[in-house]
Amino acid sequence: MFDADFFRRWMTATAASVAREAERLTALDSPIGDADHGSNLQRGFTAVTATLEKEAPDTPGAVLTLAGRQLISTVGGASGPLYGTLLRRTGKALGEAAEVSAEQLAEALRAGVDAVRTLGGAAPGDKTMIDALVPAVDALGDGFAAARAAAEEGAVATTPLQARKGRASYLGERSIGHQDPGATSASLLIAALAEASEAADE
Amino acid sequence: MSDEKLVGIVLVSHSAQVAASVAELALGLTGGGAAVPVAPAGGTEDGGLGTSAELISAAAASVDRGAGVAVLTDLGSAVLTVKTLLAEGDELPDGTRLVDAPFVEGAVAAVVTAATGADLTAVEAAAAEAYTYRKV
Repeated sequence: MFDADFFRRWMTATAASVAREAERLTALDSPIGDADHGSNLQRGFTAVTATLEKEAPDTPGAVLTLAGRQLISTVGGASGPLYGTLLRRTGKALGEAAEVSAEQLAEALRAGVDAVRTLGGAAPGDKTMIDALVPAVDALGDGFAAARAAAEEGAVATTPLQARKGRASYLGERSIGHQDPGATSASLLIAALAEASEAADE
Repeated sequence: MSDEKLVGIVLVSHSAQVAASVAELALGLTGGGAAVPVAPAGGTEDGGLGTSAELISAAAASVDRGAGVAVLTDLGSAVLTVKTLLAEGDELPDGTRLVDAPFVEGAVAAVVTAATGADLTAVEAAAAEAYTYRKV
């Protein structure tokens, strides 16, 4: 079972990973986007960890809904409403339980990913964060490590695709050959989930 | 007509200057009719390019006269942020709608229509109709 502390660790690990990888995310976003993905997400997740520390929500659902709200408020680019919606819908799906099972987490995350798909109108293969999130959620039944591997593979697999959503879609065929920054940051989020679970095992 | 509640208009752009200028343009073309509440919500809170959920919420609250609020947006994150705020349910005034319209032409059509005292549905229709105006 996973409690609010586990979800706080997930968010803290995501923030640390985004900070570590911010330059790489921005570099990936520079040939096909507007070169702000790393800095935008770093600003957002810095605000998330500060808020979680101050408000100390005591259920898994409350941790994620608060984190999502912060991202919507502070990111400033499309990744704000997209990641914000992902975390808020996942949090809402978890309800008010003090602890949730791995199955409940997987189910809630799927609801979150579905909400992102509805909001952005992206399908798998469009070269977006969905290409990392959908395989991750599909693999979550086999554990966090499997989800992390699936997300990373999904992110790498966006490289040969042509973007059909967001700013990268304006580039048409010139978007081919670049790994999608959104799929890459989504794989960091899932890797942080695995990291939080490893910390729980220690 | 002065007692009528007018539809409010919010203009969301990635740029503060674009949002403010389009608001000025649209108001300038109403010909000094009824004072339509129009608020720009452009750029990020620190003045950069992007979208601010806080600026959008504040702008919507400031133009709400009880007749609904029409929100027009430019690109990507502006659209997604407004959709997300609408999905939250309690972030924007009751009767707020994201209007599917071209930004500049739609804003002019929306403000001019709102100045006649038209309701939100009529304002939305006028803004959306701006898509059908071909230039060539």
